Amino acid sequence: MGWMHMLMPIAGVPIFWPGLVILGFGVGIIGGFFGMGGGWMVTPGLNILGFPMAFAIGTDIAQMSGPSLISTMRHSRFGNVDYRLGATMVIGTVAGFETGAQIIMWLERIGKIDLYVRCGYVVLLTTIAAVVFTDVRLRRKKERAARASGKTLDALATGLEWHKKLHEIKIPPVVHFKRAGIRCSIWLPIAVSFLTGTLAGVLGIGGGLVRMPALIYLLGCPTHVAVGTDLFEVAISGLYGAASYSYKGRTELLAALIMLAGASIGAQIGSVATKYVKGYGIRIFFGVAVIGCAISIVLKILGVVAESMVKTFDLAATILILGLVAALSLCILTKFVLGVREERALRSREEELIHA
Amino acid sequence: MRKLGWCRSILFALMLLPAQLLAATEHSDAVVLVTDTRKFHGWEAWWANLYNESHVLFAIVTILVIPVCGVILGTLADLVMSRIGIDLKKRALAEH
Repeated sequence: MGWMHMLMPIAGVPIFWPGLVILGFGVGIIGGFFGMGGGWMVTPGLNILGFPMAFAIGTDIAQMSGPSLISTMRHSRFGNVDYRLGATMVIGTVAGFETGAQIIMWLERIGKIDLYVRCGYVVLLTTIAAVVFTDVRLRRKKERAARASGKTLDALATGLEWHKKLHEIKIPPVVHFKRAGIRCSIWLPIAVSFLTGTLAGVLGIGGGLVRMPALIYLLGCPTHVAVGTDLFEVAISGLYGAASYSYKGRTELLAALIMLAGASIGAQIGSVATKYVKGYGIRIFFGVAVIGCAISIVLKILGVVAESMVKTFDLAATILILGLVAALSLCILTKFVLGVREERALRSREEELIHA
Repeated sequence: MRKLGWCRSILFALMLLPAQLLAATEHSDAVVLVTDTRKFHGWEAWWANLYNESHVLFAIVTILVIPVCGVILGTLADLVMSRIGIDLKKRALAEH
């Protein structure tokens, strides 16, 4: 065991620690950019690096709160976090998680729980991807129509407008969420978070993957505010998850801290990159990530169906997930570098003008 | 009055947390894991011993260390970012 490997005190396995830093960096970028904890990508990554599955899941959930906290701080300074909306949604999320856990127990009694959950996951992700790309298509159609009539489309225009219908339901008390720019019944965010919390509880995920599109399409949050507010919720649920899994003795703090070193830089890059990418750009990136995630779960299901090829399908799913993480991180990093270069050039031009 | 309403909501959410915690831990309670402390020295040995002695303390230290380290590392990354000339105070793009 060379200096590149470190013996983990709790899991008792030697781990290639630069791999942890790289994984943390990638997850930080993607999490900060999309407003997700990234459980779907970290767990297979940690498993590949040598952690037993129980420790991979526990360590993944434990490390989640660190980068999400960093990203929340950054998004907060950009004005992207609606704390009031986030706090309201925590109520529904917690109740939803509990309902989801009860549904899982009921499914366990029926049997074949894994297959049901994975099939449900695929249906959900396919629906989310379909919604995202339908929204993008409708928005482009509006843009073309506006251009044809010689006008420019309002920056706040959206493709799908379900939230407008939902905002019309005025069950008291009606509240105004200033940052998100929403005025609706308080029961709407509670009901939406209950729904997303239930789904997260059933699927055994943090919920960012479901909550982010729900904030956009059902509540009508601008994309950037949806990302920031979702991160605030991920930070809270991540801390709760860290407590729960540590109490069960399934977390490896050393690994979480090594990942945090990479994630602290990645989370900043991901969060700052949202400065340079338009809301719909983020939505398209998100749609691609969701499709990749859905394909990886289909591969896992195929492994269950064709038992003789389970290892091949599992390997293919893991390669797909890690490839997707690498590709998305690279794209976001490129957007970040180009944005920073442009911002600095603009600033130096302004300074020259002032001097002139 | 409004503040009181918020406090009630948060209290209600906190009341639900233990139920969820119990539901989540139900299946894994039967398995007891111990770590081999003989291979470690210094803080690693202390940490492994803490794990073997009390999972409650282990959990408390974990949930304290992660956010604290997150904030420290985040602040350091902030300093580096502002050094390279990025405006970290405002976002110009305003789009849905």
